[in-house]
Amino acid sequence: MGNSQTTPGIVAGRLPADRIQENFDDLHPAYAPHEAAVAADRCYFCHDAPCMTACPTSIDIPLFIRQIATGTPEAAARTILNQNILGGMCARVCPTETLCEEVCVREVAEGKPVEIGRLQRYATDTLMDAGKHPFTRAAPTGKSVAVVGAGPAGLSCAHRLAMLGHDVVIYEARPKAGGLNEFGIAAYKAPNGFATAEVEWLLQIGGITIQEGQALGDQITLSGLKESHDAVFLSIGLSGVNALRAEGEDREGVEDAVSFIAELRQTSDLTTLPVGRNVVVIGGGMTAVDAAVQSKLLGAENVTIAYRRGQEAMGASRYEQDLAAQNGVRLMFNVQPVAVHGNGRAVEIELEYTTDTGSGLTGTGETFRLPADQVFKAIGQTLGDTPEGITLEGRKIAVNDTGRTSLDGVWAGGDCASGGDDLTVTAVAEGRDAAMDIHATLVG
Amino acid sequence: MADLTTEFLGIKSPNPFWLASAPPTDKEYNVRRAFEAGWGGVVWKTLGAEGPPVVNVNGPRYGAIYGADRRLLGLNNIELITDRPLQTNLDEITRVKKDYPDRAIIVSIMVPCEEEAWKDILPRVEATGADGIELNFGCPHGMAERGMGSAVGQVPEYITMVTEWCKKYYSKPVIVKLTPNITDIRKPAQAAFKGNADAVSLINTINSITSVDLDLLAPQPTIDGKGTHGGYCGPAVKPIALNMVAEIARDPETHGKPISAIGGITTWRDAAEFMVMGAGNVQVCTAAMTYGFKIVQEMISGLSQWMDEKGYASTSEFVGAGVPNVTDWQYLNLNYITKARIDQDACIKCGRCYAACEDTSHQAISMSADRVFEVQDDECVACNLCVDVCPVENCITMIELQPGEIDKRTQKVVQPEYANWTTHPNNPAAQAAE
Ligand SMILES: Cc1cc2nc3c(=O)[nH]c(=O)nc-3n(C[C@H](O)[C@H](O)[C@H](O)COP(=O)(O)OP(=O)(O)OC[C@H]3O[C@@H](n4cnc5c(N)ncnc54)[C@H](O)[C@@H]3O)c2cc1C
Ligand SMILES: Cc1cc2nc3c(=O)[nH]c(=O)nc-3n(C[C@H](O)[C@H](O)[C@H](O)COP(=O)(O)O)c2cc1C
Ligand code: SF4
Repeated sequence: MGNSQTTPGIVAGRLPADRIQENFDDLHPAYAPHEAAVAADRCYFCHDAPCMTACPTSIDIPLFIRQIATGTPEAAARTILNQNILGGMCARVCPTETLCEEVCVREVAEGKPVEIGRLQRYATDTLMDAGKHPFTRAAPTGKSVAVVGAGPAGLSCAHRLAMLGHDVVIYEARPKAGGLNEFGIAAYKAPNGFATAEVEWLLQIGGITIQEGQALGDQITLSGLKESHDAVFLSIGLSGVNALRAEGEDREGVEDAVSFIAELRQTSDLTTLPVGRNVVVIGGGMTAVDAAVQSKLLGAENVTIAYRRGQEAMGASRYEQDLAAQNGVRLMFNVQPVAVHGNGRAVEIELEYTTDTGSGLTGTGETFRLPADQVFKAIGQTLGDTPEGITLEGRKIAVNDTGRTSLDGVWAGGDCASGGDDLTVTAVAEGRDAAMDIHATLVG
Repeated sequence: MADLTTEFLGIKSPNPFWLASAPPTDKEYNVRRAFEAGWGGVVWKTLGAEGPPVVNVNGPRYGAIYGADRRLLGLNNIELITDRPLQTNLDEITRVKKDYPDRAIIVSIMVPCEEEAWKDILPRVEATGADGIELNFGCPHGMAERGMGSAVGQVPEYITMVTEWCKKYYSKPVIVKLTPNITDIRKPAQAAFKGNADAVSLINTINSITSVDLDLLAPQPTIDGKGTHGGYCGPAVKPIALNMVAEIARDPETHGKPISAIGGITTWRDAAEFMVMGAGNVQVCTAAMTYGFKIVQEMISGLSQWMDEKGYASTSEFVGAGVPNVTDWQYLNLNYITKARIDQDACIKCGRCYAACEDTSHQAISMSADRVFEVQDDECVACNLCVDVCPVENCITMIELQPGEIDKRTQKVVQPEYANWTTHPNNPAAQAAE
């Protein structure tokens, strides 16, 4: 092919196949049994454990670690999956450094937490590798629930409802289920088709049908679903993208980071995926880091994250920032884009320094330019079209604690709903809790 | 999931995990919380006779032995029996039993070695509705000096006598709790069954001094500069308890009699091992004191997973299943010959096996200049020490030689038939094989 890291423009094959393969390998390799035993031995089996409180799905972490320590990782997996049916994915993608592991008493005391995420993966992998699905369905209730969107929130809700004996139909706009597990999570966090395998494993419970290519507001309507089902759960995530509001935003080479990642996740041979020589990512969250790191791993020569506020305000955790830095990504703070320059296609980006006046962020007037043949927008996703008749809170669907929306018989959860962080684990918790409330409503 | 419901002496409990008589079962508050956490039964903290209760020391009661990460390996205590009034305990037992009819409540008792004392207390205990009693003949400190506890447990005749009184004045099952502070555990067990005990439970704690304060030059725990021996329990005592349980289970005089196993049970696996060695159920103290009541959840999930894997539908299917496999040394097969084998791919070249064998065993492991360690079959006596000291699981394994192969150490052909010491030519007392 002859391309290298310094080939100008946006081209594929900047790195040889074996390097790409290595780059996109598991970020945290799986534990061998002995490693798991040693890691589990560090857990103090704390009373009313802080880790358990920090987990949005409230997994009984001390118990599952003790189950690993006593040689029954399958029982550990059951403890995990009881609370969080996507415990396998969460073990890989949860920012544990800001959740369970952040409050581990050994992190607080020694700066070295029990590696809860990796232990969770060890347990769930053991069970899933054996092809076992540990749950069975209750007697049929004769009720039918529509779930819109097959991301973590929808899958979690559907599984719980199926377990409780209801029939579930998931309507998914895309041709493939999984939501951002399949199309968004960084490739090195869940390699080897784990997202797809996990969905197949989850569906073994039975009673769940997925209808792909069915978009709410397109092929299907909310009123239609309400008529044909006893309840509806909306878990449509955030499909809209914020605008950059910088001059030249429409130039070729300016792309949405989430779309780039989705394409990356669905490309089987990454040597065929084009990436810029000079990549600038605008934003400060997990998506920004993922787009930047993966660009670098594909062979981009220079990758910069440009974030408009200070480091402490960054949405990406310190761990994620370090990951970016380790991979050679440059992090710039207090800069905002003002223009993308070029002749039809992007060549440079012009950034302006910012300052926080106390009443808001303003540009200082001082600007500079960076070479940029590819600019990724990672400045937040928004709800797509608001489903008919639904009340919003801020820019999300308004829900109460158990996911009830303003419409009778309609629940919502995950990224599209108000409350909670936009995380896989939060989506799972909200899906599960809504399912319990739907169940109580339908059979109560 | 396997059904863990266990019947012991006709007493049903949802699982075989009981809390042993000790602080975890000291009062209503604890026992209710234990039941809520899932424990199948409790043996209430030992009751004493009517009158002013005993008093405990007001300084530390425990000493401990730790692993490197302060994992508690052994605990030692100088606590006495309950220090609360008898009637208070009896009232509480009555209330709790009424609220938890599906859980086992056994009342532990220790009163002076006089018939009147037992005659007095037993009807009052019976009136609580508890499922049975356990006679504490085991406590090694404080009470023994007063002629109770292990002072009774060490004299088989006393055991028989008191057990008989209990059978006379009490209608429900009587369990005799044995002290391990004795030379031959079979004797007190035989004595208990001679007095018509329904079961024995063991072990109580082992006489011990865990450590010495090298500044005060006094045993720990230290009370105002002095210490005393206490009772040892926790993971460290498990092997001792396991042997004692197996000894009673395979003694022709007591074989098949109900045993409740106690001593260092910390995980589901410990419990399964005791039950395979003949225990109908198990009792736990130190593990609950170390980690809280919640550990029973791991015991339940672990035991039921193991039962599912092995295809056992109920605990009675494996209780005692391993007893026939416990034998005396002289009946072990001397024609069973193994050699250590080092998996070179798994070996991390630490050399611990070499040091162990070269310095303290049979010089049967060679070491090359580039740290390759290999077993020399002509020297290996198959002692297993290298396996035990190797930090890598399954790196060194013992491979059985097949009949017809030559044992390079003895230059003899491995024989297919079983042959033990009783018939070995080197045994002066050898009898001809029949
Ligand atoms: C790039 C990126 C990286 C991330 N990395 C992490 C991470 O490492 N760890 C972490 O915890 N979280 C991460 N997140 C956040 C996490 O992925 C989300 O919080 C989570 O997926 C939300 O789940 P959900 O089910 O609400 O929505 P989604 O996963 O977005 O699923 C929504 C589903 O609904 C479908 N849908 C949308 N509209 C319609 C419609 N009208 N009709 C029918 N179907 C519809 C979509 O196709 C999709 O399948 C990341 C997010 C992004 C964007
Ligand atoms: C603090 C303490 C107090 C105890 N008190 C009693 C008692 O009152 N009666 C009794 O029969 N055993 C008593 N024991 C012994 C326990 O019931 C049990 O037999 C012993 O601790 C071994 O089990 P373990 O290794 O699970 O702790 C006590 C043990 C401890 C640690
Ligand atoms: S455990 Fe600690 S706080 Fe509780 S009684 Fe004992 S010494 Fe006091």
